[in-house]
Amino acid sequence: MPDASDMTQRAATIAVLVENEAGVLARVIGLFSGRGYNIDSLTVAPVDAEGRLSRITVVTSGTEMVIEQIKAQLDRLVPVHKVADLTLEGPHLNRELALIKVVGSGSARQEALRLADAFRARVVDATTESFVFEMTGSGEKLDAFINLMRPIGLAEVSRTGAVAIARGTSSLTT
Amino acid sequence: MSSATLPAASDTQSLTGAEIVLRALKEQGVEVIFGYPGGAVLPIYDAIFNQNAIRHILVRHEQAAVHAAEGYARSTGKVGCVLVTSGPGATNAVTGLVDALLDSIPLVCLTGQVPTHLIGNDAFQEADTTGITRPATKHNYLVKQIDKLAETVHEAFYVARSGRPGPVVIDLPKDILIGKGAYKPAPEAEHRSYRPQVEPEAAQIAKAVALLKSAKRPVVYAGGGVINAGPEASALLTKFTRLAGLPITNTLMGLGAYPASDPQFLGMLGMHGTYEANLAMHGCDVMFNIGARFDDRVTGRLNAFAPNSLKIHADIDPSSINKNVKVEVPIVGDAAAVLRALIAAWEASPAEQDRASLAEWWRQIDEWRGRKCLAYVQEGSIIKPQHAVKRLYELTQESGKETFISTEVGQHQMWAAQYFGFEKPNRWMTSGGLGTMGYGLPAAMGVQVAHPQALCIDIAGEASILMNIQEMATLAQYRLPVKVFILNNRYMGMVRQWQELLHGGRYSESYSEALPDFVKLAESFHGVGMRAEKADDLDRVIREMIAIDRPVIVDVAVDEKENVFPMIPSGAAHNEMLLASNQISGGRGVTDEGTALV
Repeated sequence: MPDASDMTQRAATIAVLVENEAGVLARVIGLFSGRGYNIDSLTVAPVDAEGRLSRITVVTSGTEMVIEQIKAQLDRLVPVHKVADLTLEGPHLNRELALIKVVGSGSARQEALRLADAFRARVVDATTESFVFEMTGSGEKLDAFINLMRPIGLAEVSRTGAVAIARGTSSLTT
Repeated sequence: MSSATLPAASDTQSLTGAEIVLRALKEQGVEVIFGYPGGAVLPIYDAIFNQNAIRHILVRHEQAAVHAAEGYARSTGKVGCVLVTSGPGATNAVTGLVDALLDSIPLVCLTGQVPTHLIGNDAFQEADTTGITRPATKHNYLVKQIDKLAETVHEAFYVARSGRPGPVVIDLPKDILIGKGAYKPAPEAEHRSYRPQVEPEAAQIAKAVALLKSAKRPVVYAGGGVINAGPEASALLTKFTRLAGLPITNTLMGLGAYPASDPQFLGMLGMHGTYEANLAMHGCDVMFNIGARFDDRVTGRLNAFAPNSLKIHADIDPSSINKNVKVEVPIVGDAAAVLRALIAAWEASPAEQDRASLAEWWRQIDEWRGRKCLAYVQEGSIIKPQHAVKRLYELTQESGKETFISTEVGQHQMWAAQYFGFEKPNRWMTSGGLGTMGYGLPAAMGVQVAHPQALCIDIAGEASILMNIQEMATLAQYRLPVKVFILNNRYMGMVRQWQELLHGGRYSESYSEALPDFVKLAESFHGVGMRAEKADDLDRVIREMIAIDRPVIVDVAVDEKENVFPMIPSGAAHNEMLLASNQISGGRGVTDEGTALV
């Protein structure tokens, strides 16, 4: 039971299974902006064989009462099949993909490669003056690597935002 | 499909999109469409021309079409239907759609759209209707393939009427309307994703019964959800409230859900609610909210709202529960289903009520009632607005006619809510959530279309009525004998009241300058105009109005300085009420934080 006086904020990773139809993403985003909820990240892609269902992973934060509201508001959207609060429901995996471009020469290149190896980032493109690293992991791990690249010659970052799934046998789709 | 004027089933392959639309509307039980033609919807108007099964009412502005459909829906329990063209037709409808969204009125609004190949090209009368109406509707659709057309219309009606009802838009590009396709009847299968919970959980009902039986100072707080759940829900609410001997208050949207003349009824609650209703809410130990949503006009200052109470909240919309007020017993379900389960569990429960405490609670309530918070003094020739509404109520009662009341928005709306007694549901149409001036006349028009023999009265203010006055022409065209009863105080009264109480009496732009002559205005629209200037005129004019079987405008000159009381100022608590000018009950008046609220 959420307590109205409890102002403690928490993060929530919410998985939403929706009809893969035009406008559904606009509905979800419009709901968040219209009601003043936070979006820390949001990802979406079709997830079933027929391409009829999409899964939205949204990372948000708020008081317990606000997060309850977010879930109830999402659940009453007509094209929404299921809403799950992965943070609340138990252990889950949370991953993000980033493409990170680092530009430089000489010792900076050596340093970038050495750190990339330590972080298990893969080189997916290289020129004599640049690398593009591909990296997956938690948001914190990506942040840490990107921050290390900054003084070395960080040129550009592209990140997906988090995707998440519960550990174990439970499944949102069935 | 009984109508011979619609194409037969064997022709299904050769139907145009417009014919498919009309056929789906017929299957969904639509009898009346409120609409206004334009380029993009001409194919539908052509199809309307070729049939007699569905009646079309031509309004004079698209906003009025939506309000008329709201009045139709609210007074019948059916889904209202609107048809407007693309671009300005659709944007004009938006206010009505938001109005229906906030008051949970089931509507389907068909909007024309430019042909699919022109969408996104800034074509003539193009607007991004689904984009604009996404936050203005419960759901909306853009039909891009003709084979989705029939199923989309069927789904729209299902969505509009199920769960918490609301408005649904279907945007129809012109090429879809003239294209050919097959008709599909309404599906029997369940909707793939939208299946609102109707039946409550037994465990929650049991908790509610235990809590209510143990209550020493209980109160029932019932809202528009009970009306939306159909007349049976109101009957069950009355049965349960009497069975348990509980005091009950209704929200503005809930008026009529419980008979106003019943001794257990405390009147409306909230900002302009009665002293006894608000103090009962403030002092209760167990609150049973059914079909209401703890609106800010009801709760007043949240951290002082019913401070020592345990709350049960039954609502069909889970997002209404624990939104701004935390409750101990949430119940998700339809109001009628909840009340049915509650009565059964109540009767089966061996627990006894605390009769002594209940008697003491009623004694306390009677003492509050003794304050007679709605008393007013009618003396001299100046008509008090409260008196005008009270006489209107009494004389309509006396006439024995089935009466439906709509209102515009402002002081007159609150006086109507306070002084007109509603014994049955679906007789009261008002814009509660959005507070839309200009709602009342078209809403009354929609009610009159649904109930041709009934007495349909729009209690109006002289400012609000001008916002959709063009509908007088619609009344004349269809011989709809709607009565407009204007409480004319020559001010936007509620604005003036707030300026008096909160802005040092600086009446900035709230005086109704250059008003029309409402008598001549009525006559120019082929109606009857009447005026009451003195108290002695009132009864005669009301009686005459009731007797005339034509559209009538009655212009009642009322006391210009009268304010609506009781009043809980913004930011104050239920026990901090203004009872009349200079009479503050246990309060601190208006605070700075309160001034910032609306």
